[in-house]
Amino acid sequence: MMLQVEGAYKSFGDFGAVNGANLTVSEGELVVVIGPNGAGKTTLFNLIAGQLKLDQGQILFGGENIAGLPPYEICERGIARSFQIANIFHRLTVFENVQVAVLAEQRKSTSLFRPAYNMAVEETNSILESVGLLHKAGNIAGALSHGDQRILEIAMALGNEPELLVLDEPTAGMSPEETFAAMELIQQLARERGITILLCEHDMDVVFSVAESIMVMHQGRTLLQDEPEAVRCNAEVQEAYLGVS
Amino acid sequence: MLTGIVDGRWLAAAVIVVAALFVLPSLIPPFYVYMLALIFVTALLAMSLNLVLGYGGLYQFHHGVFYGVGAYAVALILKKTSLPAGVAFIAAPIVAAITGLLIGWFCVRLTELYFGMLQISLGSLIWAIVFRWYSFTGGDDGIHGIPLPPAISSLQSSYYFILSIFALSVAALYLIIKSPFGATLQATRDNPQRCEAIGVNVRRHQLMGIVIASFFGGVAGVLFVVLEHSVFPDLLFWVLSLEVFIMCLLGGWFTFLGPALGAGIIVTLRTFAGIYTEYWTAIMGVLLILLIFFLPEGVMGFLLSKFKGRSEHVEPVPAPSLDTTAARPSTDVASS
Repeated sequence: MMLQVEGAYKSFGDFGAVNGANLTVSEGELVVVIGPNGAGKTTLFNLIAGQLKLDQGQILFGGENIAGLPPYEICERGIARSFQIANIFHRLTVFENVQVAVLAEQRKSTSLFRPAYNMAVEETNSILESVGLLHKAGNIAGALSHGDQRILEIAMALGNEPELLVLDEPTAGMSPEETFAAMELIQQLARERGITILLCEHDMDVVFSVAESIMVMHQGRTLLQDEPEAVRCNAEVQEAYLGVS
Repeated sequence: MLTGIVDGRWLAAAVIVVAALFVLPSLIPPFYVYMLALIFVTALLAMSLNLVLGYGGLYQFHHGVFYGVGAYAVALILKKTSLPAGVAFIAAPIVAAITGLLIGWFCVRLTELYFGMLQISLGSLIWAIVFRWYSFTGGDDGIHGIPLPPAISSLQSSYYFILSIFALSVAALYLIIKSPFGATLQATRDNPQRCEAIGVNVRRHQLMGIVIASFFGGVAGVLFVVLEHSVFPDLLFWVLSLEVFIMCLLGGWFTFLGPALGAGIIVTLRTFAGIYTEYWTAIMGVLLILLIFFLPEGVMGFLLSKFKGRSEHVEPVPAPSLDTTAARPSTDVASS
Protein backbone atom coordinates (compact mmCIF):
# COMPACT_ATOMS: atom_id res chain seq x y z
CA MET A 1 0.00 0.00 0.00
CA MET A 2 1.45 3.35 -0.99
CA LEU A 3 -0.69 5.67 1.09
CA GLN A 4 -2.92 4.73 3.96
CA VAL A 5 -4.99 7.16 6.00
CA GLU A 6 -6.48 5.62 9.11
CA GLY A 7 -9.07 7.24 11.34
CA ALA A 8 -8.05 10.81 10.54
CA TYR A 9 -9.61 13.58 12.63
CA LYS A 10 -9.18 17.32 12.29
CA SER A 11 -11.32 20.03 13.79
CA PHE A 12 -11.26 23.82 13.69
CA GLY A 13 -12.67 24.99 17.01
CA ASP A 14 -15.94 23.10 17.44
CA PHE A 15 -16.26 22.24 13.79
CA GLY A 16 -15.01 18.78 12.90
CA ALA A 17 -13.86 19.15 9.31
CA VAL A 18 -12.54 15.60 9.10
CA ASN A 19 -14.19 13.07 11.46
CA GLY A 20 -12.78 9.67 10.78
CA ALA A 21 -11.50 9.55 7.24
CA ASN A 22 -9.96 6.37 5.83
CA LEU A 23 -8.24 6.12 2.51
CA THR A 24 -5.98 3.67 0.78
CA VAL A 25 -4.06 4.34 -2.40
CA SER A 26 -2.10 1.55 -4.08
CA GLU A 27 0.85 2.13 -6.33
CA GLY A 28 -0.09 3.06 -9.88
CA GLU A 29 -3.74 3.68 -9.06
CA LEU A 30 -5.85 6.73 -9.87
CA VAL A 31 -7.99 7.38 -6.83
CA VAL A 32 -10.71 10.02 -6.74
CA VAL A 33 -12.22 11.46 -3.57
CA ILE A 34 -15.77 12.70 -4.00
CA GLY A 35 -18.21 14.36 -1.67
CA PRO A 36 -20.42 17.45 -1.46
CA ASN A 37 -18.96 20.88 -0.69
CA GLY A 38 -17.72 20.98 2.87
CA ALA A 39 -17.28 17.21 3.05
CA GLY A 40 -13.67 17.69 4.11
CA LYS A 41 -11.86 16.77 0.91
CA THR A 42 -9.49 19.73 0.87
CA THR A 43 -8.82 19.40 4.59
CA LEU A 44 -7.96 15.74 4.06
CA PHE A 45 -5.54 16.66 1.27
CA ASN A 46 -4.00 19.35 3.47
CA LEU A 47 -3.49 16.72 6.18
CA ILE A 48 -1.85 14.32 3.76
CA ALA A 49 0.53 16.93 2.32
CA GLY A 50 1.30 18.49 5.70
CA GLN A 51 -0.30 21.93 5.35
CA LEU A 52 -2.42 20.98 8.38
CA LYS A 53 -1.59 18.85 11.37
CA LEU A 54 -3.69 15.84 12.28
CA ASP A 55 -5.59 15.82 15.61
CA GLN A 56 -5.89 12.05 15.70
CA GLY A 57 -5.24 9.05 13.48
CA GLN A 58 -2.32 8.24 11.27
CA ILE A 59 -1.13 8.73 7.72
CA LEU A 60 1.24 6.09 6.40
CA PHE A 61 3.25 6.68 3.25
CA GLY A 62 5.33 3.73 2.18
CA GLY A 63 4.73 2.23 5.62
CA GLU A 64 6.02 5.24 7.54
CA ASN A 65 3.90 7.64 9.52
CA ILE A 66 4.21 11.07 7.91
CA ALA A 67 1.57 12.85 9.99
CA GLY A 68 2.99 15.98 11.59
CA LEU A 69 5.95 16.39 9.25
CA PRO A 70 6.39 19.83 7.67
CA PRO A 71 5.22 20.06 4.05
CA TYR A 72 8.71 20.30 2.56
CA GLU A 73 9.72 17.02 4.21
CA ILE A 74 6.60 15.25 3.02
CA CYS A 75 7.41 16.56 -0.44
CA GLU A 76 10.95 15.23 -0.19
CA ARG A 77 9.50 11.81 0.62
CA GLY A 78 7.60 11.77 -2.66
CA ILE A 79 4.20 13.42 -2.30
CA ALA A 80 3.67 16.50 -4.46
CA ARG A 81 0.40 18.39 -4.65
CA SER A 82 -1.50 21.09 -6.44
CA PHE A 83 -3.96 23.47 -4.82
CA GLN A 84 -7.60 24.23 -5.44
CA ILE A 85 -6.98 27.90 -6.19
CA ALA A 86 -4.16 28.54 -8.62
CA ASN A 87 -1.14 28.71 -6.37
CA ILE A 88 1.90 29.77 -8.36
CA PHE A 89 4.77 32.26 -8.22
CA HIS A 90 3.17 35.23 -9.95
CA ARG A 91 6.23 37.32 -10.64
CA LEU A 92 8.40 34.50 -11.91
CA THR A 93 8.35 33.14 -15.43
CA VAL A 94 6.65 29.84 -16.29
CA PHE A 95 10.09 28.29 -16.65
CA GLU A 96 11.25 29.56 -13.26
CA ASN A 97 8.09 28.33 -11.56
CA VAL A 98 8.92 24.76 -12.52
CA GLN A 99 12.67 25.21 -12.19
CA VAL A 100 12.37 26.18 -8.52
CA ALA A 101 10.65 22.85 -7.87
CA VAL A 102 13.26 20.91 -9.83
CA LEU A 103 16.08 22.68 -7.96
CA ALA A 104 14.43 21.82 -4.65
CA GLU A 105 14.14 18.20 -5.76
CA GLN A 106 17.85 18.20 -6.68
CA ARG A 107 18.64 19.85 -3.33
CA LYS A 108 20.33 22.76 -5.00
CA SER A 109 18.04 25.51 -3.81
CA THR A 110 20.52 26.85 -1.24
CA SER A 111 23.35 26.97 -3.74
CA LEU A 112 24.92 30.42 -4.03
CA PHE A 113 27.40 31.91 -6.50
CA ARG A 114 26.35 29.65 -9.32
CA PRO A 115 24.10 31.02 -12.03
CA ALA A 116 20.70 29.34 -11.99
CA TYR A 117 19.91 30.07 -15.63
CA ASN A 118 21.68 26.97 -16.91
CA MET A 119 20.73 24.63 -14.08
CA ALA A 120 18.00 22.00 -14.33
CA VAL A 121 17.12 23.30 -17.79
CA GLU A 122 16.61 19.93 -19.45
CA GLU A 123 14.42 18.56 -16.67
CA THR A 124 12.35 21.74 -16.56
CA ASN A 125 11.88 21.91 -20.31
CA SER A 126 10.92 18.25 -20.52
CA ILE A 127 8.20 18.81 -17.92
CA LEU A 128 6.95 21.93 -19.69
CA GLU A 129 6.89 20.02 -22.93
CA SER A 130 4.92 17.12 -21.51
CA VAL A 131 2.22 19.46 -20.19
CA GLY A 132 2.27 21.61 -23.34
CA LEU A 133 3.53 24.85 -21.82
CA LEU A 134 6.99 24.90 -23.37
CA HIS A 135 6.10 27.63 -25.86
CA LYS A 136 5.10 29.86 -22.94
CA ALA A 137 8.23 29.15 -20.88
CA GLY A 138 9.34 32.78 -20.90
CA ASN A 139 5.98 34.28 -19.97
CA ILE A 140 5.35 35.79 -16.55
CA ALA A 141 3.22 33.23 -14.72
CA GLY A 142 0.83 35.78 -13.23
CA ALA A 143 -0.22 36.82 -16.74
CA LEU A 144 -1.22 33.31 -17.88
CA SER A 145 -4.84 32.36 -18.45
CA HIS A 146 -6.60 30.58 -15.60
CA GLY A 147 -6.51 27.24 -17.39
CA ASP A 148 -2.79 27.54 -18.09
CA GLN A 149 -2.12 28.46 -14.47
CA ARG A 150 -3.86 25.27 -13.38
CA ILE A 151 -1.70 23.25 -15.77
CA LEU A 152 1.38 25.10 -14.50
CA GLU A 153 0.41 23.97 -10.98
CA ILE A 154 0.61 20.36 -12.11
CA ALA A 155 3.89 21.02 -13.90
CA MET A 156 5.38 22.46 -10.68
CA ALA A 157 4.32 19.38 -8.77
CA LEU A 158 5.99 17.21 -11.42
CA GLY A 159 9.24 19.07 -10.78
CA ASN A 160 9.51 17.20 -7.51
CA GLU A 161 9.44 13.84 -9.31
CA PRO A 162 6.68 12.63 -7.01
CA GLU A 163 5.62 9.05 -6.52
CA LEU A 164 2.21 10.28 -5.46
CA LEU A 165 0.57 13.34 -6.97
CA VAL A 166 -2.26 14.87 -4.95
CA LEU A 167 -4.45 17.16 -7.03
CA ASP A 168 -7.08 19.26 -5.26
CA GLU A 169 -9.81 19.84 -7.84
CA PRO A 170 -7.42 20.22 -10.76
CA THR A 171 -10.25 21.26 -13.08
CA ALA A 172 -11.90 23.87 -10.84
CA GLY A 173 -12.95 26.87 -12.90
CA MET A 174 -12.17 25.20 -16.22
CA SER A 175 -14.47 25.02 -19.20
CA PRO A 176 -15.74 21.55 -20.19
CA GLU A 177 -13.19 21.38 -23.02
CA GLU A 178 -10.35 22.40 -20.71
CA THR A 179 -11.54 19.89 -18.11
CA PHE A 180 -11.50 17.11 -20.67
CA ALA A 181 -8.02 18.06 -21.89
CA ALA A 182 -6.66 18.39 -18.34
CA MET A 183 -7.96 14.95 -17.39
CA GLU A 184 -6.45 13.45 -20.53
CA LEU A 185 -3.16 15.08 -19.54
CA ILE A 186 -3.30 13.78 -15.97
CA GLN A 187 -3.96 10.23 -17.14
CA GLN A 188 -1.21 10.47 -19.69
CA LEU A 189 1.28 11.74 -17.10
CA ALA A 190 0.31 8.93 -14.75
CA ARG A 191 0.97 6.40 -17.52
CA GLU A 192 4.18 7.89 -18.88
CA ARG A 193 5.84 8.75 -15.59
CA GLY A 194 4.39 5.95 -13.51
CA ILE A 195 2.90 8.37 -10.99
CA THR A 196 0.13 7.39 -8.62
CA ILE A 197 -2.67 9.97 -8.57
CA LEU A 198 -5.02 11.07 -5.82
CA LEU A 199 -7.47 13.79 -6.75
CA CYS A 200 -10.86 15.20 -5.94
CA GLU A 201 -13.37 16.31 -8.52
CA HIS A 202 -16.96 17.47 -8.68
CA ASP A 203 -18.00 16.50 -12.18
CA MET A 204 -19.42 12.96 -11.85
CA ASP A 205 -19.02 12.17 -15.54
CA VAL A 206 -15.33 12.94 -15.24
CA VAL A 207 -15.01 11.02 -11.98
CA PHE A 208 -16.53 7.82 -13.31
CA SER A 209 -14.57 7.99 -16.54
CA VAL A 210 -11.13 8.26 -14.94
CA ALA A 211 -11.31 6.76 -11.46
CA GLU A 212 -9.97 3.32 -10.67
CA SER A 213 -11.07 3.63 -7.08
CA ILE A 214 -13.45 6.12 -5.48
CA MET A 215 -13.58 7.26 -1.88
CA VAL A 216 -16.80 8.97 -0.82
CA MET A 217 -16.69 11.56 1.94
CA HIS A 218 -19.69 12.99 3.72
CA GLN A 219 -19.55 15.42 6.64
CA GLY A 220 -15.91 14.65 7.24
CA ARG A 221 -16.43 10.90 7.35
CA THR A 222 -15.51 8.24 4.86
CA LEU A 223 -18.68 6.49 3.70
CA LEU A 224 -16.83 3.93 1.67
CA GLN A 225 -14.02 3.36 -0.78
CA ASP A 226 -14.53 0.94 -3.62
CA GLU A 227 -14.46 0.43 -7.38
CA PRO A 228 -16.54 2.90 -9.39
CA GLU A 229 -19.34 0.44 -10.20
CA ALA A 230 -19.75 -0.59 -6.57
CA VAL A 231 -19.84 3.06 -5.52
CA ARG A 232 -22.43 3.89 -8.13
CA CYS A 233 -24.70 1.13 -6.88
CA ASN A 234 -24.29 1.82 -3.18
CA ALA A 235 -27.57 2.92 -1.61
CA GLU A 236 -25.98 4.99 1.14
CA VAL A 237 -23.91 6.94 -1.39
CA GLN A 238 -26.93 7.55 -3.59
CA GLU A 239 -28.84 8.91 -0.66
CA ALA A 240 -26.01 11.07 0.69
CA TYR A 241 -24.69 12.39 -2.51
CA LEU A 242 -25.53 11.16 -5.97
CA GLY A 243 -29.26 10.98 -5.46
CA VAL A 244 -29.50 14.49 -4.09
CA SER A 245 -27.60 16.07 -6.97
CA MET B 1 30.84 33.58 -15.37
CA LEU B 2 29.09 36.93 -15.45
CA THR B 3 28.77 36.90 -19.20
CA GLY B 4 26.14 34.17 -19.17
CA ILE B 5 23.76 35.97 -16.85
CA VAL B 6 24.37 39.56 -17.87
CA ASP B 7 23.54 40.89 -21.28
CA GLY B 8 26.85 41.80 -22.94
CA ARG B 9 25.73 45.39 -23.45
CA TRP B 10 24.80 45.79 -19.80
CA LEU B 11 28.13 44.37 -18.71
CA ALA B 12 29.94 46.77 -21.02
CA ALA B 13 27.84 49.65 -19.68
CA ALA B 14 28.66 48.64 -16.10
CA VAL B 15 32.38 48.51 -16.87
CA ILE B 16 32.23 51.95 -18.51
CA VAL B 17 30.33 53.44 -15.56
CA VAL B 18 32.78 52.02 -13.03
CA ALA B 19 35.73 53.22 -15.14
CA ALA B 20 34.18 56.69 -15.36
CA LEU B 21 33.65 56.71 -11.61
CA PHE B 22 37.34 55.92 -11.17
CA VAL B 23 38.37 58.90 -13.29
CA LEU B 24 35.83 61.30 -11.80
CA PRO B 25 37.62 62.35 -8.55
CA SER B 26 40.35 64.16 -10.49
CA LEU B 27 37.71 66.22 -12.29
CA ILE B 28 35.34 67.31 -9.53
CA PRO B 29 35.74 69.19 -6.22
CA PRO B 30 36.40 67.13 -3.07
CA PHE B 31 32.94 67.84 -1.71
CA TYR B 32 31.37 65.91 -4.57
CA VAL B 33 33.88 63.13 -4.22
CA TYR B 34 32.78 62.80 -0.60
CA MET B 35 29.12 62.86 -1.58
CA LEU B 36 29.60 60.19 -4.23
CA ALA B 37 31.41 57.97 -1.75
CA LEU B 38 28.57 58.46 0.73
CA ILE B 39 26.10 57.49 -1.99
CA PHE B 40 28.03 54.26 -2.66
CA VAL B 41 28.02 53.38 1.05
CA THR B 42 24.31 54.11 1.38
CA ALA B 43 23.50 52.40 -1.92
CA LEU B 44 25.21 49.20 -0.77
CA LEU B 45 23.23 49.38 2.46
CA ALA B 46 19.96 49.80 0.55
CA MET B 47 20.80 47.06 -1.94
CA SER B 48 21.66 44.64 0.84
CA LEU B 49 18.32 45.39 2.48
CA ASN B 50 16.56 44.85 -0.80
CA LEU B 51 17.85 41.28 -1.02
CA VAL B 52 15.44 40.39 1.78
CA LEU B 53 12.87 43.14 1.23
CA GLY B 54 12.38 43.10 -2.54
CA TYR B 55 13.60 39.61 -3.38
CA GLY B 56 12.65 37.88 -0.13
CA GLY B 57 9.44 39.77 0.64
CA LEU B 58 10.47 40.16 4.29
CA TYR B 59 9.65 43.34 6.19
CA GLN B 60 13.18 43.92 7.40
CA PHE B 61 12.31 47.08 9.33
CA HIS B 62 15.59 47.39 11.18
CA HIS B 63 18.33 46.78 8.68
CA GLY B 64 20.38 49.65 10.10
CA VAL B 65 21.38 47.45 13.03
CA PHE B 66 23.64 45.35 10.81
CA TYR B 67 25.15 48.49 9.29
CA GLY B 68 25.82 49.85 12.77
CA VAL B 69 27.13 46.56 14.13
CA GLY B 70 29.53 46.30 11.18
CA ALA B 71 30.70 49.89 11.67
CA TYR B 72 31.11 49.49 15.44
CA ALA B 73 32.89 46.16 15.05
CA VAL B 74 35.52 47.65 12.76
CA ALA B 75 35.81 50.77 14.92
CA LEU B 76 36.29 48.79 18.13
CA ILE B 77 38.81 46.37 16.62
CA LEU B 78 40.88 49.22 15.17
CA LYS B 79 40.66 51.37 18.28
CA LYS B 80 41.04 48.77 21.03
CA THR B 81 43.24 46.07 19.52
CA SER B 82 46.42 46.02 17.52
CA LEU B 83 44.99 43.71 14.86
CA PRO B 84 45.70 44.74 11.28
CA ALA B 85 42.99 46.67 9.44
CA GLY B 86 42.47 43.81 6.99
CA VAL B 87 41.34 41.56 9.81
CA ALA B 88 38.94 44.21 11.09
CA PHE B 89 37.49 44.73 7.61
CA ILE B 90 36.79 41.01 7.22
CA ALA B 91 35.68 40.39 10.80
CA ALA B 92 33.16 43.23 10.92
CA PRO B 93 30.80 41.91 8.19
CA ILE B 94 31.02 38.47 9.81
CA VAL B 95 30.00 39.97 13.16
CA ALA B 96 27.12 41.68 11.37
CA ALA B 97 26.14 38.39 9.74
CA ILE B 98 26.16 36.60 13.10
CA THR B 99 23.96 39.35 14.51
CA GLY B 100 21.67 38.76 11.53
CA LEU B 101 21.62 35.04 12.28
CA LEU B 102 20.64 35.64 15.92
CA ILE B 103 17.93 38.22 15.19
CA GLY B 104 16.75 36.40 12.09
CA TRP B 105 16.46 33.07 13.90
CA PHE B 106 13.67 34.56 16.01
CA CYS B 107 12.14 36.73 13.30
CA VAL B 108 11.59 34.04 10.64
CA ARG B 109 9.23 32.34 13.07
CA LEU B 110 6.85 35.23 12.52
CA THR B 111 5.36 36.69 9.37
CA GLU B 112 4.91 40.08 7.79
CA LEU B 113 4.24 42.86 10.29
CA TYR B 114 5.05 40.68 13.30
CA PHE B 115 8.37 39.87 11.71
CA GLY B 116 9.05 43.59 11.35
CA MET B 117 7.93 44.45 14.87
CA LEU B 118 10.09 41.79 16.48
CA GLN B 119 13.03 42.97 14.44
CA ILE B 120 12.56 46.55 15.59
CA SER B 121 12.42 45.34 19.20
CA LEU B 122 15.54 43.18 18.99
CA GLY B 123 17.40 45.80 16.97
CA SER B 124 16.48 48.54 19.41
CA LEU B 125 17.86 46.38 22.18
CA ILE B 126 21.24 46.40 20.45
CA TRP B 127 20.94 50.13 19.89
CA ALA B 128 20.21 50.66 23.61
CA ILE B 129 23.27 48.64 24.57
CA VAL B 130 25.50 50.64 22.23
CA PHE B 131 23.91 53.91 23.36
CA ARG B 132 24.37 53.19 27.07
CA TRP B 133 27.61 51.25 27.37
CA TYR B 134 29.92 54.26 27.70
CA SER B 135 33.01 52.35 28.79
CA PHE B 136 32.96 50.11 25.73
CA THR B 137 31.15 51.83 22.87
CA GLY B 138 31.53 55.45 23.96
CA GLY B 139 27.75 55.66 24.43
CA ASP B 140 26.02 58.53 22.67
CA ASP B 141 29.39 60.19 21.97
CA GLY B 142 30.32 57.39 19.60
CA ILE B 143 33.93 56.68 18.65
CA HIS B 144 35.99 59.23 16.76
CA GLY B 145 39.42 59.38 15.19
CA ILE B 146 39.46 55.73 14.23
CA PRO B 147 42.96 54.91 12.94
CA LEU B 148 42.89 53.66 9.36
CA PRO B 149 45.78 52.44 7.20
CA PRO B 150 47.50 55.44 5.54
CA ALA B 151 46.77 53.92 2.12
CA ILE B 152 43.06 54.65 2.46
CA SER B 153 42.93 57.50 4.95
CA SER B 154 42.80 60.42 2.50
CA LEU B 155 39.46 61.31 0.89
CA GLN B 156 40.72 60.47 -2.59
CA SER B 157 42.09 57.07 -1.65
CA SER B 158 39.10 56.16 0.53
CA TYR B 159 36.88 56.97 -2.46
CA TYR B 160 38.72 54.42 -4.59
CA PHE B 161 38.58 51.83 -1.83
CA ILE B 162 34.85 52.38 -1.29
CA LEU B 163 34.11 52.30 -5.01
CA SER B 164 36.04 49.04 -5.45
CA ILE B 165 34.36 47.26 -2.56
CA PHE B 166 30.98 48.66 -3.63
CA ALA B 167 31.41 47.35 -7.19
CA LEU B 168 32.54 43.92 -5.94
CA SER B 169 29.65 43.71 -3.49
CA VAL B 170 27.09 44.66 -6.12
CA ALA B 171 28.48 41.98 -8.44
CA ALA B 172 28.30 39.44 -5.60
CA LEU B 173 24.71 40.42 -4.78
CA TYR B 174 23.80 40.10 -8.44
CA LEU B 175 25.29 36.61 -8.62
CA ILE B 176 23.39 35.62 -5.48
CA ILE B 177 20.10 36.86 -6.89
CA LYS B 178 20.71 34.92 -10.09
CA SER B 179 21.73 31.76 -8.22
CA PRO B 180 19.37 28.88 -7.38
CA PHE B 181 19.15 30.36 -3.91
CA GLY B 182 18.10 33.72 -5.35
CA ALA B 183 15.46 32.12 -7.56
CA THR B 184 14.10 30.14 -4.63
CA LEU B 185 14.11 33.19 -2.36
CA GLN B 186 11.96 35.04 -4.90
CA ALA B 187 9.62 32.08 -4.98
CA THR B 188 9.27 32.19 -1.18
CA ARG B 189 8.38 35.86 -1.54
CA ASP B 190 5.68 35.20 -4.13
CA ASN B 191 4.15 32.23 -2.35
CA PRO B 192 5.63 30.71 0.81
CA GLN B 193 2.89 28.11 1.12
CA ARG B 194 3.44 26.82 -2.36
CA CYS B 195 7.19 26.77 -1.76
CA GLU B 196 6.82 24.44 1.19
CA ALA B 197 4.67 22.18 -0.95
CA ILE B 198 7.39 21.85 -3.58
CA GLY B 199 9.95 20.84 -1.00
CA VAL B 200 11.49 24.17 -0.04
CA ASN B 201 12.30 24.86 3.60
CA VAL B 202 11.04 28.44 3.54
CA ARG B 203 12.41 29.53 6.92
CA ARG B 204 15.86 28.26 6.14
CA HIS B 205 15.93 30.27 2.92
CA GLN B 206 14.63 33.37 4.66
CA LEU B 207 17.23 33.03 7.40
CA MET B 208 19.99 32.57 4.82
CA GLY B 209 18.73 35.71 3.07
CA ILE B 210 18.86 37.69 6.31
CA VAL B 211 22.38 36.48 7.09
CA ILE B 212 23.62 37.43 3.62
CA ALA B 213 21.84 40.80 3.75
CA SER B 214 23.31 41.58 7.17
CA PHE B 215 26.75 40.58 5.93
CA PHE B 216 26.58 43.16 3.15
CA GLY B 217 24.97 45.63 5.54
CA GLY B 218 28.11 45.09 7.65
CA VAL B 219 30.29 45.71 4.61
CA ALA B 220 28.49 49.03 4.14
CA GLY B 221 29.21 49.76 7.81
CA VAL B 222 32.92 49.15 7.23
CA LEU B 223 32.86 51.50 4.25
CA PHE B 224 31.15 54.14 6.38
CA VAL B 225 34.04 54.00 8.86
CA VAL B 226 36.53 54.23 6.00
CA LEU B 227 34.79 57.39 4.81
CA GLU B 228 34.01 59.07 8.14
CA HIS B 229 36.66 57.73 10.57
CA SER B 230 33.97 57.70 13.26
CA VAL B 231 30.87 55.87 14.44
CA PHE B 232 27.87 56.92 16.54
CA PRO B 233 24.71 55.19 17.82
CA ASP B 234 22.49 56.84 15.20
CA LEU B 235 23.88 54.28 12.73
CA LEU B 236 21.72 51.63 14.36
CA PHE B 237 18.79 53.82 15.36
CA TRP B 238 15.48 52.79 13.81
CA VAL B 239 15.06 56.14 12.04
CA LEU B 240 18.00 55.33 9.80
CA SER B 241 16.53 51.89 9.08
CA LEU B 242 13.30 53.54 8.01
CA GLU B 243 15.23 55.86 5.71
CA VAL B 244 16.93 52.91 4.04
CA PHE B 245 13.58 51.18 3.73
CA ILE B 246 12.23 54.27 1.98
CA MET B 247 15.22 54.30 -0.39
CA CYS B 248 14.25 50.81 -1.56
CA LEU B 249 10.61 51.78 -2.09
CA LEU B 250 11.55 55.05 -3.77
CA GLY B 251 14.06 53.49 -6.14
CA GLY B 252 11.97 50.41 -6.84
CA TRP B 253 12.13 47.35 -4.64
CA PHE B 254 11.42 44.89 -7.43
CA THR B 255 14.44 46.04 -9.38
CA PHE B 256 18.09 45.27 -8.75
CA LEU B 257 19.52 48.78 -9.07
CA GLY B 258 16.44 50.63 -7.83
CA PRO B 259 17.55 50.84 -4.18
CA ALA B 260 20.89 52.33 -5.28
CA LEU B 261 19.00 54.96 -7.25
CA GLY B 262 16.79 55.61 -4.22
CA ALA B 263 19.89 56.00 -2.05
CA GLY B 264 21.37 58.41 -4.58
CA ILE B 265 18.19 60.49 -4.67
CA ILE B 266 17.84 60.70 -0.89
CA VAL B 267 21.51 61.39 -0.13
CA THR B 268 21.61 64.09 -2.80
CA LEU B 269 18.37 65.60 -1.61
CA ARG B 270 19.50 65.60 2.00
CA THR B 271 22.81 67.17 1.09
CA PHE B 272 21.47 69.99 -1.06
CA ALA B 273 18.12 70.64 0.58
CA GLY B 274 19.96 70.47 3.90
CA ILE B 275 21.96 73.54 2.89
CA TYR B 276 18.81 75.64 2.58
CA THR B 277 16.57 74.22 5.27
CA GLU B 278 16.78 71.93 8.25
CA TYR B 279 13.27 70.73 7.41
CA TRP B 280 14.42 68.72 4.42
CA THR B 281 12.47 65.73 5.77
CA ALA B 282 9.32 67.67 4.87
CA ILE B 283 10.43 67.55 1.24
CA MET B 284 10.98 63.84 1.60
CA GLY B 285 7.48 63.48 3.05
CA VAL B 286 5.95 65.13 0.00
CA LEU B 287 8.14 62.99 -2.23
CA LEU B 288 6.87 59.87 -0.50
CA ILE B 289 3.23 60.85 -0.89
CA LEU B 290 3.77 61.42 -4.61
CA LEU B 291 5.60 58.11 -4.82
CA ILE B 292 2.80 56.12 -3.24
CA PHE B 293 0.20 57.61 -5.57
CA PHE B 294 2.08 57.80 -8.84
CA LEU B 295 5.02 55.40 -8.77
CA PRO B 296 4.07 52.44 -6.57
CA GLU B 297 6.83 50.37 -8.16
CA GLY B 298 9.44 53.06 -7.52
CA VAL B 299 11.41 55.24 -9.91
CA MET B 300 13.38 52.39 -11.42
CA GLY B 301 10.29 50.20 -11.71
CA PHE B 302 8.57 53.05 -13.53
CA LEU B 303 11.47 53.58 -15.91
CA LEU B 304 11.74 49.87 -16.64
CA SER B 305 8.03 49.50 -17.36
CA LYS B 306 8.19 52.54 -19.65
CA PHE B 307 11.17 51.06 -21.38
CA LYS B 308 9.64 47.62 -21.75
CA GLY B 309 6.19 48.99 -22.57
CA ARG B 310 7.37 49.98 -26.01
CA SER B 311 8.61 46.55 -27.04
CA GLU B 312 6.10 44.21 -25.44
CA HIS B 313 2.82 44.44 -23.63
CA VAL B 314 3.06 43.14 -20.09
CA GLU B 315 -0.16 42.56 -18.25
CA PRO B 316 -0.22 43.87 -14.71
CA VAL B 317 0.87 41.26 -12.21
CA PRO B 318 -0.88 41.06 -8.85
CA ALA B 319 1.38 42.40 -6.13
CA PRO B 320 2.83 39.52 -4.16
CA SER B 321 3.95 39.40 -0.55
CA LEU B 322 1.60 42.18 0.44
CA ASP B 323 -1.59 40.29 -0.31
CA THR B 324 -3.29 37.64 1.74
CA THR B 325 -2.38 34.71 -0.47
CA ALA B 326 1.19 35.12 0.74
CA ALA B 327 0.24 34.19 4.29
CA ARG B 328 2.07 31.34 5.95
CA PRO B 329 0.90 27.77 5.57
CA SER B 330 -1.53 26.59 8.21
CA THR B 331 -3.25 29.96 8.36
CA ASP B 332 -5.34 29.96 5.23
CA VAL B 333 -5.64 26.42 4.04
CA ALA B 334 -8.49 25.51 6.33
CA SER B 335 -11.31 25.25 3.88
CA SER B 336 -13.98 22.76 2.86
